[in-house]
Amino acid sequence: MATDKTQGLQTREARDVATTTEATRPGVLLTPPVDIFEDLNAITVLADMPGVGPGELKIDLHDGVLTITGHAAAREGSNEVPVLHEYPPAETFQRSFTLSEAIDQEQIRATLKHGVLRLRLPKVERAKPRQITIQTG
Amino acid sequence: MIVRQVSPWGAGWSTPTAAVAQMRRDMESLLERLTGGTQTDGSMAGVFPPMNVSEDRDHYYVRALVPGIDAAQLNVSVVHQTITVSGTRQSPEEEGVSYHRKERAEGPFRRSVTIPAAFDGTRVEAKYVDGILTLTLPKPEAAKPRRVTVQTS
Repeated sequence: MATDKTQGLQTREARDVATTTEATRPGVLLTPPVDIFEDLNAITVLADMPGVGPGELKIDLHDGVLTITGHAAAREGSNEVPVLHEYPPAETFQRSFTLSEAIDQEQIRATLKHGVLRLRLPKVERAKPRQITIQTG
Repeated sequence: MIVRQVSPWGAGWSTPTAAVAQMRRDMESLLERLTGGTQTDGSMAGVFPPMNVSEDRDHYYVRALVPGIDAAQLNVSVVHQTITVSGTRQSPEEEGVSYHRKERAEGPFRRSVTIPAAFDGTRVEAKYVDGILTLTLPKPEAAKPRRVTVQTS
């Protein structure tokens, strides 16, 4: 099974948690593309969820699994007729991540701007690289 | 011929085609995991941003999915009946990070769409909300359907 060998984060397919968080809103269920990168202090996840406003975003943390769900309601008015149709009018974005103990779950922070969700997952102190000073004498 | 098999992975019925079907499922599953379940190849060329165009009696609407763009980097231009949306999506990311996944496309993009009928190019409105760019193109009066009174005499 191909999983990311990241310290602290594994991505899971949306259908792995479909049994607990079914899509009950109209529209298709999509997996948002993500960027995941890591620095000394934290792992950051960026997810594209165009059309999702702050009121339509849910972040669920349960049993070490972080699930992001965002619903983008249809923008088209009811009397609009489609001319070109490349994306579905209403979409639900969902993706799950398995967190290890290296993540300090209490300190997870999320911001949503211009349809991009930014999750900051800080590492616990002991997971950060440390310099060990060598004492002489 | 259907054969009952007991294997380390559990007991089950096996048909000659079951093994092939299972291989196909495994390949699809592996492919999905490698691509993160997304259908895009991550490149911006040609198909970014996805656009929906619709119309009602008074307007055309162009909606483009362009999440995460700095509004100063977003350009909309109109030439006759062609709308061009262009810009650059870049990650304002710091130095010293190591990437584990990079699925979001980045870089410059440019996409044009031609509207099937004339619209008033001087009164186009553009709004960028939650990563969706919505352009409202008013139809000229002559393009709106008008009732013609039929006179009888």
